Amino acid sequence: MKEVKCECGHVNPHGTVLCESCGITLIEEKAQGKLHDMRYEGSARRSQTYNKTIIDKIWNFFSSVKVGVWLIVVTLIASALGTILPQEMYIPTIMTPAEYYEDQYGWFGKLYYQLGFHNLYSSWWYLVFIASIGVSLVICSIDRVVPLYRALKTQRVTRHDSFLKRQRLFGITHAENIDETFEKVKGNLRAKRYSIREEDGNILAEKGRFSRWGPYVNHCGLIIFLIGGMLRFVPGMYIDDIVWIREGETKLIPETDGQYYLENKGFTLEVYDKDKDNQAFSEAIENAGMVAKNYQSDVILYKKIGDSVAGEEAKLEKVKEYDIRVNEPLKFEGFALYQTEYKLDELSSMSFNLVNKSENEPLGNLKIDLNEPETKYDLGNGYSVEIMSYFPDFEFNDDGEPRTKSRVPNNPAFVFKMLTPDKPDGEISFVAIQQTVEPFGDNEYQMKFAGIETKDVSGLTVRKDLTLWLFAVGGFIFMVGVAQGAYWNHRRIWIRRKDNEIWVSGHTNKNWHGLKREIGMILDGSGIHEPEDQLQDE
Amino acid sequence: MANLSSNLLLVAFILYLVAIPFFGGAIRQKKGLQKEKSFEKWAKIGITITILGFLSQLGFFITRWIVGGHAPLSNMFEYTAFFGMCLVLAFILIYFLYKTSVLGLFVLPIALLVIAYASMFPREISPLIPALQSYWLQIHVSTVALGEAILAVSFGSGLIYLVKAIDQSKRSKSTTWLEVIMYSFVAIIGFVVITSGFAISDYKATYNYIDKNDAAATMEYSMPALFGPHEWEIVNKGDFEPLLEVPAIINAKKLNTVIWSLGAGLILYILIRLIIRKRIGALLQPLTKNINLDLVDEISYRSVLIGFPVFTLGGLVFAMIWAQIAWTRFWGWDPKEVWALITWLFYAAFLHLRLAKGWHGEKSAWLAVLGFAIIMFNLIAVNLVLAGLHSYAGS
Repeated sequence: MKEVKCECGHVNPHGTVLCESCGITLIEEKAQGKLHDMRYEGSARRSQTYNKTIIDKIWNFFSSVKVGVWLIVVTLIASALGTILPQEMYIPTIMTPAEYYEDQYGWFGKLYYQLGFHNLYSSWWYLVFIASIGVSLVICSIDRVVPLYRALKTQRVTRHDSFLKRQRLFGITHAENIDETFEKVKGNLRAKRYSIREEDGNILAEKGRFSRWGPYVNHCGLIIFLIGGMLRFVPGMYIDDIVWIREGETKLIPETDGQYYLENKGFTLEVYDKDKDNQAFSEAIENAGMVAKNYQSDVILYKKIGDSVAGEEAKLEKVKEYDIRVNEPLKFEGFALYQTEYKLDELSSMSFNLVNKSENEPLGNLKIDLNEPETKYDLGNGYSVEIMSYFPDFEFNDDGEPRTKSRVPNNPAFVFKMLTPDKPDGEISFVAIQQTVEPFGDNEYQMKFAGIETKDVSGLTVRKDLTLWLFAVGGFIFMVGVAQGAYWNHRRIWIRRKDNEIWVSGHTNKNWHGLKREIGMILDGSGIHEPEDQLQDE
Repeated sequence: MANLSSNLLLVAFILYLVAIPFFGGAIRQKKGLQKEKSFEKWAKIGITITILGFLSQLGFFITRWIVGGHAPLSNMFEYTAFFGMCLVLAFILIYFLYKTSVLGLFVLPIALLVIAYASMFPREISPLIPALQSYWLQIHVSTVALGEAILAVSFGSGLIYLVKAIDQSKRSKSTTWLEVIMYSFVAIIGFVVITSGFAISDYKATYNYIDKNDAAATMEYSMPALFGPHEWEIVNKGDFEPLLEVPAIINAKKLNTVIWSLGAGLILYILIRLIIRKRIGALLQPLTKNINLDLVDEISYRSVLIGFPVFTLGGLVFAMIWAQIAWTRFWGWDPKEVWALITWLFYAAFLHLRLAKGWHGEKSAWLAVLGFAIIMFNLIAVNLVLAGLHSYAGS
């Protein structure tokens, strides 16, 4: 790797097109246009210099903006494909995805499913595109930022004639009182907040150089953001669970290592009332029928104290009371509990009266907690009832046998044994909603339905996300970088004396209109002509 | 107060409409656009009326906020009207940066169309569902609207560039695509005319049909049904008999509205072509006679540069923060989220093509058009067609 020594004395890295210091052309074939390509100051970019080894080739591939743009465009199109039909996570769970897509969307749905588009955003190829964008971001940035930094740091005030002439804004003025003119122009430049460097009476006025780092700063932010995304896959970094808690119930919060418990004091669903709420809403409420106003679970968070053996009731200490509403999750120790689901009026208890069929007089009453039924209820006076079997969610299976679909008391059924003084061996009765079966012939006694109680159930999402801070940092850095690059401009004005001529060149990375206007104001009244826009002559 | 609010919007609409001819007058007087130091008389009147219109619309926004008790950014009408207001604001700002009257001639009609389009949706003040009850509503939605509006200015100036730069003397791919853009404007007018026409005549027809879950349902049309729902049946005798029936998976009513609008737009477009006897692009071309191509190219580019960070902040950053609070996760691949990402990727590609591949001028102007098309797709199609978490904004 040989370095290139310029005639001005500066030693440039191999591959430099324009001398970092004086700007003279070092590699003629790469700087042939009428105007210099100033995008990276003609610095030596690795990707433009080496192309031999396989590493060079990979480097050059990913450092190309063309490849980067293609990756963006392909990702964009792929992302759009995923929105044609709902993704798997948004379809109802009534049937398997394969069935659902075909049932709902016909052959197209089937194809969509077979191509794997129902889970497009977690497909390996989508992730490969995102990862390639990440690699491209890293390589592109390193390939450009290092040489650009060198070039901008080493640039000297007096630039070579050829460099000045081949700037987009360039002009020559014949002048007499050069010193006086320069003082006036310098004053104007300072007023416009340029930092001024002088050398042999020549001027380099520069401002907003830091905006050149904007793209690299925002790329850093994006990379941090993508790293955050990768960390998601590390176990324990991200928890997504749901806990259903009935009113009045205290339950262990999953994923908290048995440390935290939650009591649900009550769930509330409020809807807007067109008479009581803001009158302005009445028309909208009438049109919509019903508009939800609030979903709320009033809870108490407990922490376990001391060790307890399995099976033993844990000793709990109250941590805090909180009303969880949508947009107002309960947060503790990196966890957040969100109000996401609910179920109204789930059966919680059923009451029965034991009666003698012939007299129809209640001999005793029992109330069965449907979530924790007892095995025997003593009704006094020698009457008692045993629960022989309990089916919380009763149905007959294919063989006609009773069974339970789930542990949720949606359709409770019991097999009772009624023990009475005159039937000490007991009578057996099968009781379900609206239905009584007496399998061993007519009974004398009967369990008569006496009422139900219901409770609401809150479904709370349990979330822990240890990667959030990385996304926040990445997003913040991205915003800083993108603002830096978008809202500031890097402007340079070279003013050079040459005998009794004044040469003025100007360069900006963007917003030429603004630079021209500013140069106009700076040179106004100084006798120096505004430089011409050499691009517009063409 | 609610009435005052609607009236202020109407006043704003009329003021924007009145301002347009003044900008037209201003460009006829102007010769060198770039070095104009003083305001032209016509332009001065035009921009004053525009600012008055903006203030009036701001009044609409504030009074509606007071009446409803929440920022009026919660449904299709409110969001779209606000987007129109931001577009005017963005135009006013860019106008003072570059003093280009011709921009008003293009951007104000777009803003008018946007507001007219907004007014076709239910306008009553509606209460907020729990997910929307957060101060992030105003932060997220207003920033998105502002960002998209600034990006829309880039479309406006890109359009000016194309109108001027495209050679109208012969038919080409460019002239055709330019006419496609013109037709889409006309189609929006078609939508507004058809919707308000049938609304004024109070047209209603109800059909029984079988929905996609095989359940019986009814659907009320507010314009004659060219497309009837799946296995339709007329409820009231004498109502219009649909010409075609669509499968249950497609929302027949929405499709019907789209077809009516496109059809009305097509008739209007043909009428215009028959009257002016040339392309709409050719009709508009003289308006851009005095404009400097480099300048509009630069305005287009700068609008993207200014709007891109604002859009990112509102459409992605604030959106993610709120999604984390309301929906438990900052990103969930909901169609609206994905289309915000697509918009962002698109403008990122735009900036890279421009910075590194030197896509200036016409190519860049076409990209600005495409970007705006994506934004409109996200506003219209994603809310109304692709159902998702954001679809409550549709109603």
